[in-house]
Amino acid sequence: MKAIVNVFLKAGVLDSQGKAVHHALDSLHFDGVKDVRVGKQIVLQLDENDKEKAMADVTKMCEELLANTVIEDYNIELV
Amino acid sequence: MKVSILQFPGTNCEFDTQYAFEKLGCNTEIVWHKAESLPSDTDLLVVAGGFSYGDYLRSGAIAKFSPVMKAVAEYAKSGGKVLGICNGFQVLTEARLLPGALKRNEGLHFISKHHHLRVENNDNIFLKKLNNGDVVNIPIAHHDGNYYINEEGLKELEANGQILLRYTDEDGNIKNPNGSVESIAGVCNKEKNVFGLMPHPERAMEAVLGSADGIAMLKGFLES
Repeated sequence: MKAIVNVFLKAGVLDSQGKAVHHALDSLHFDGVKDVRVGKQIVLQLDENDKEKAMADVTKMCEELLANTVIEDYNIELV
Repeated sequence: MKVSILQFPGTNCEFDTQYAFEKLGCNTEIVWHKAESLPSDTDLLVVAGGFSYGDYLRSGAIAKFSPVMKAVAEYAKSGGKVLGICNGFQVLTEARLLPGALKRNEGLHFISKHHHLRVENNDNIFLKKLNNGDVVNIPIAHHDGNYYINEEGLKELEANGQILLRYTDEDGNIKNPNGSVESIAGVCNKEKNVFGLMPHPERAMEAVLGSADGIAMLKGFLES
């Protein structure tokens, strides 16, 4: 099973990279963009086949290492 | 006085730190991150600056799992004095030994220059040689120095006198180089034995190299 983890700065924590990308898109005349958030994606190849167990494991990985929950939120997708 | 200095793969300020404390007359020892205990005669533990583990994932995120960090946490919890400089500050926040987190600089650039800092609270062993309101000239060199803490956490820092230093101009007026909350450059824990700052006092030990203001900062540790 594969786990796709997306990590983004929490809402309310200023995302300077997102802001810079938004400015760049503006200067390229892509006018319809309301907001940009830049995050990172971590793809994990897992041995586990039990979805519930995999979700619990990856959640623990996020809490301990993959995200810094002081400033970041994460979501996990299993495929 | 014995100063132990942590070295991770990618640390690059350990020898400057060693120079600084030896200049002040301390015995020093560099401690490799695989050590499972700290030298038993350690009076001060310094987590030196640099780029531990290449700053991969987040600055300090991987270093916090190095074998030595268990001993660091125990040392801090038993009241041992710990100072984290730059990447060391990032490591200590990641390890939750200090509150908050360090984000990418607001302007996204790596900043390397001398900057002024104002002493906000000298009621601690680190800054007791200085007066509140004193302005010092100390180099900064970081990409992820943008200190963040939520509102609730900030109130707690203020209430407990945990904000140590703020970025200012030479007259002591707020001048924020990296977007950090309330222009914060350094904080300590509630118990006031764990200290962290982004600027590099160990690089301000010789007037001929731009500033010797780091001496007064590091000296505080010697007489406690």
